[in-house]
Amino acid sequence: MIPAAFDYHAPTTLKEAVALLSQHKDSAKVLSGGQSLLPLLKLRLGQAGHLVDIGRIPGLEYIKEEGGMLRIGGRTRESTLERSELVRARYPILIDTAQVIADPLVRNMATVGGNLAHGDPGNDHPATMIALGAQVVAVGPKGDRVIRIDEFFLGLFQTALQPDEILTEIRIPTPPARSGGAYFKLERKVGDYATAAAAAQITLGSSGAVERVGLALTNVGPTPVRSAAAEKHLTGKRPDAASIGEAARLVAQASSPSADRRGSVDYKREMARVMAVRALTKAVERAGGR
Amino acid sequence: MSPPRTSAEVSGMGHSMKRKEDPRFIRGKGNYIDDIQLPGMLYLDIVRSPFAHAKIKSINTDKASKMPGVLAVITGETLAKFNLHWMPTLMSDTQMVLPTEKVMYQAQEVAAVVATSRYAAADAIEAVEVDYDPLPVVVDPFKALEPGAPVLRTDKKDKKDNRIFHWEAGDRAGTDKAFAEADVVVKQDVYIPRIHVASIETCGCIADFDRVNGKLTVYMTTQAPHAIRTVFALVAGHVGLSEEKIRIVSPDIGGGFGGKVPVYPGYVIAVAASVVIGKPVKWIEDRMENLQADSFARDYHVHAELAARKDGTMTALRIKTIADHGYADAAANPSKFPAGLFSICTGSYDLKRAFAEVDGVYTNKPPGGIAYRCSFRVTEAVHTIERITDVLAQELKMDPAQLRLKNFIPKEKFPYKSALGWEYDSGDYPAALKKAMEIAGYAQLRKEQAEKRARGELMGIGISSFTEIVGAGPSKHFDILGIKMFDSCEIRVHPTGKAIARFGTKSQGQGHETTYAQIVAEELGIPAAHVQVEEGDTDTAPYGLGTYASRSTPTAGAAGAMAARKIRDKARKIAAHLLECAEDDLVWEPGKFSVKGAPQRSKTIQEIAFAAYTNHPPGMEAGLEAVDYYDPPNLTFPFGSYICVVDIDRGTGMVKIRRFVAVDDCGNIINPMIVDGQIHGGLAMGMAPALLEEISYDENGNIQGGSFMDYLLPTAMETPRWETDKTVTPSPHHPFGAKGVGESATVGAPPAIANAVVDALAHLGVKHIDIPITPEKVWRILKEKGVAE
Amino acid sequence: MATHKIRVTVNGAAREAEVESRLLLVHLLREEFRLTGTHIGCDTTHCGACTVLLDGQPVKSCTVLAVQADGRQVETVEGLEKDGKLHPIQEGFWQEHGLQCGYCTPGMMMTSCALLARNANPSEAEIREAISGNLCRCTGYLNIVKAVQYAANKQKEGAHVAA
Repeated sequence: MIPAAFDYHAPTTLKEAVALLSQHKDSAKVLSGGQSLLPLLKLRLGQAGHLVDIGRIPGLEYIKEEGGMLRIGGRTRESTLERSELVRARYPILIDTAQVIADPLVRNMATVGGNLAHGDPGNDHPATMIALGAQVVAVGPKGDRVIRIDEFFLGLFQTALQPDEILTEIRIPTPPARSGGAYFKLERKVGDYATAAAAAQITLGSSGAVERVGLALTNVGPTPVRSAAAEKHLTGKRPDAASIGEAARLVAQASSPSADRRGSVDYKREMARVMAVRALTKAVERAGGR
Repeated sequence: MSPPRTSAEVSGMGHSMKRKEDPRFIRGKGNYIDDIQLPGMLYLDIVRSPFAHAKIKSINTDKASKMPGVLAVITGETLAKFNLHWMPTLMSDTQMVLPTEKVMYQAQEVAAVVATSRYAAADAIEAVEVDYDPLPVVVDPFKALEPGAPVLRTDKKDKKDNRIFHWEAGDRAGTDKAFAEADVVVKQDVYIPRIHVASIETCGCIADFDRVNGKLTVYMTTQAPHAIRTVFALVAGHVGLSEEKIRIVSPDIGGGFGGKVPVYPGYVIAVAASVVIGKPVKWIEDRMENLQADSFARDYHVHAELAARKDGTMTALRIKTIADHGYADAAANPSKFPAGLFSICTGSYDLKRAFAEVDGVYTNKPPGGIAYRCSFRVTEAVHTIERITDVLAQELKMDPAQLRLKNFIPKEKFPYKSALGWEYDSGDYPAALKKAMEIAGYAQLRKEQAEKRARGELMGIGISSFTEIVGAGPSKHFDILGIKMFDSCEIRVHPTGKAIARFGTKSQGQGHETTYAQIVAEELGIPAAHVQVEEGDTDTAPYGLGTYASRSTPTAGAAGAMAARKIRDKARKIAAHLLECAEDDLVWEPGKFSVKGAPQRSKTIQEIAFAAYTNHPPGMEAGLEAVDYYDPPNLTFPFGSYICVVDIDRGTGMVKIRRFVAVDDCGNIINPMIVDGQIHGGLAMGMAPALLEEISYDENGNIQGGSFMDYLLPTAMETPRWETDKTVTPSPHHPFGAKGVGESATVGAPPAIANAVVDALAHLGVKHIDIPITPEKVWRILKEKGVAE
Repeated sequence: MATHKIRVTVNGAAREAEVESRLLLVHLLREEFRLTGTHIGCDTTHCGACTVLLDGQPVKSCTVLAVQADGRQVETVEGLEKDGKLHPIQEGFWQEHGLQCGYCTPGMMMTSCALLARNANPSEAEIREAISGNLCRCTGYLNIVKAVQYAANKQKEGAHVAA
């Protein structure tokens, strides 16, 4: 219930924050919403000598569409995302996702950047961002760089972020017309991590065939699960029960869930498939395909 | 329900009076244990074992002792000096306060730190170094009974096995004969898993030993303050604690549900620390400590058999149960009932023959078990009979409602002597079930189910018609550690006609400050708003056995009515004196006595109260007060019928409760609003074990479900909108015909839900699913039957 | 380890404290400021008994550091009643029997207040969703929903400005 002692810093610029991270190296952790970090520290499961709170740095919370992409500031609250009219109208897959992250109270503190940077396979945004083909911006001592989301998640609690980098922005390419996405999460109750969840983002061509599909799974592997074979299978085809079914089967096959109280390995894998079917079906519906 | 006898102003029985205790709670001014701060107060935190069974090779407290703010590090050796390292349980077993030789369950208390701040104590427990030598772990109670199993209670000389007790009830030979002669016999294994009450407030205390006056005050999350006081006096008498110098104060309690009945080691360690150090010591457990170490509930492995004629008449019931108690029998049952009131398992049915036996077993798990929002072992009994009744219905291809109606004890047979020895006070089971069926639209639901089934959709309708047994209990059979289970009330009426009433029970949210006031209002006509109710301070409250197992209204509520009637008897004498007439010439209506035939000649209770102090009859003592210690002549038997409608997602196995209809009968109702609230809450705590909650252990004794991450409490999203209604069948022996209701719904709901899910899958040949009915359990069945999406 | 001087506005009043970095907001409120209406019910950020408003948003104060509240506004249950007049949500819980043991109640009320501030007419489903981060064991939630609906109706009558 009570964390071990640590030092707390509240820099007011990114430069200061990065400098603190560089100074304290592995002993420092970024505090964003704190809804993943603080629970770990309270149970004394994680260790941090220094917390660098980026909550006092202005200019990190925004949602705007420009230059052909949706740009979300790393410190944007999940509840802000959830209530954004812009996002609801044009990127409903993000609403689906934000709405099922933990519970409404946690979402008032939790941030989109934090949900990605933590590298927790149980977090919901990673699969959605992969399906959307997003990028993230990381700011470090040498300046900023853009990282493709499909190169971001490296392993269990490991991302491409260096210890002295801060995730400041998420960039989602604005999907063309005839696109739709959906996120379906199976949870034992509200507030739980996913037993399995699937994010699907689809663009249909004028003929009704799938032009582009992004499909990824949550919490059925150490990182979000994607299957090139699944996406290849659907691309160029009309999305019907058979082609969707096969894509879902392929992506589930690529998963490596761990057994726990949420389910056995085969149940989780099956649920990944079921969620993938539902997410793909809804994505197609939203794309105007059915 | 007949309309209230008293006016809204008086607010006696039947009024949905808004609660008198709410003003402080809605302002955040409740007085829970952790809200209390005393000068110089210290904090206790506990080091716990990661192992389920291990020898303690050494405990090194040096590092911890030197940490900032640490005043003491306490081990079993420390307590052994005062012979306080072991303590008795409420079932006359023994359990460790702190170990000197070995630990017997994961999360067991191993050492404790006393420090000047909560944070310092939390740091210091990390610095206590314990060296363990793991021992073989026994988690399966069946394996624990096998010959050659490691004997766990090596502290008990001459104990050669892990059996705690064998208990039986009924006529074994007669039952066996009935089974042999039966047309139909169904058998079912039912496992009712270990769960935890998980009230939102965890357990804790502040032990405050005043060296100058030699008085120990313990503020404690306890449902039974007097019993605790006496236990402390008996257990720690040898270190100088004397009962008149022990005060237990149970302030506001954030939910009890049975979990705050036992004496936990943390309490005893805090008391010892305060006595030794001479300062107040606070101990508040974390949620994980609460889930992992405090008493569990259930954990009954039941084998049930039901015999019947081919026309559906049930003839005999036979049950054998293995009860997993953890490493000590720390159940909170009346002492003569090691398996609680499990023998209510003949349920609402006119079963002529029955036999039940229960064997308690030791395992490497926390000790227990308490009754999670129910009467002792009644949920286990009711779940068994309601489940096997549906198994029988399925076997006979009979509608489960019809099977129940055919076998219900008819109204005319009450008081009814059950085959296992209980005298049910009153009941009208068909009325409750028929009402539930009407509200649910049962026939229409069956029609809908048939249509959906034809389309491959899975919809289920489950019924539960339960009889509960509460109000422990008559002194002939009921005691806890020898203290009889009466309860008490003391009422004092002030000169200006207001009153104070103190009781031996202790509300943890049941609304006694309101309902008890309403009882006094009903009996005396003093407005409930003018009756101050107090409970929980052993220095002032009359002796009682506390609040759990829905016993308050049946025992203390009755005492309140009886005490009020004694006051009324004296009031009559005073009125006769004031009105200069004979007592027999007086007619009572709530709030006043008037002369027969001359109603304008009357005295109100307020005038009488004033006279009791200013103008009492010569030869009579002044004052207007009474005490009653009520020994109930029998238990009471609330009952009901519930109907649950579920839809199953064929892709995921998730069960969604579409509707839940609950018709309850708790006899005469004091406050309908409060009764409904109790039922809503009980339904949620019945749904939770049916679908979500379970504490289990792997083969090394590691707990699964030891935090809210995996011990799943339903939120407002999982919980359906309850549909409730009532029938009213008063208890013939209770002073105002009431029965108690706080826990009926926890008992009745799980089988309604389980029966609904099985019903949804019955056409596929499914006969039974153990609770909690998780999505995976359902999905496996769907997969096996080839109907998964 | 260094301590920090912080200034937090609690229920409209400026409060100061010198705190360890690791002090949880809930402990700052309960222990330093002796506002014990906000309760602790778990250790894994699930139960919501500790809910307070931070700059108007309901958050779990057990999972916020006191230092994170520096310079910000916190509202707790103690601030609901104004000038001796109960907030509609308090009235609602009382009238509709939305509480039994009272332990989850402050958290439920703070969450509900925030809901009504942004949605004056929530449906039952919206209410249940809004309170899905607050656990209750006693009430089975039905009367809590009714309490919030009562408060919504009361606020529409203009009886009280929302907190």
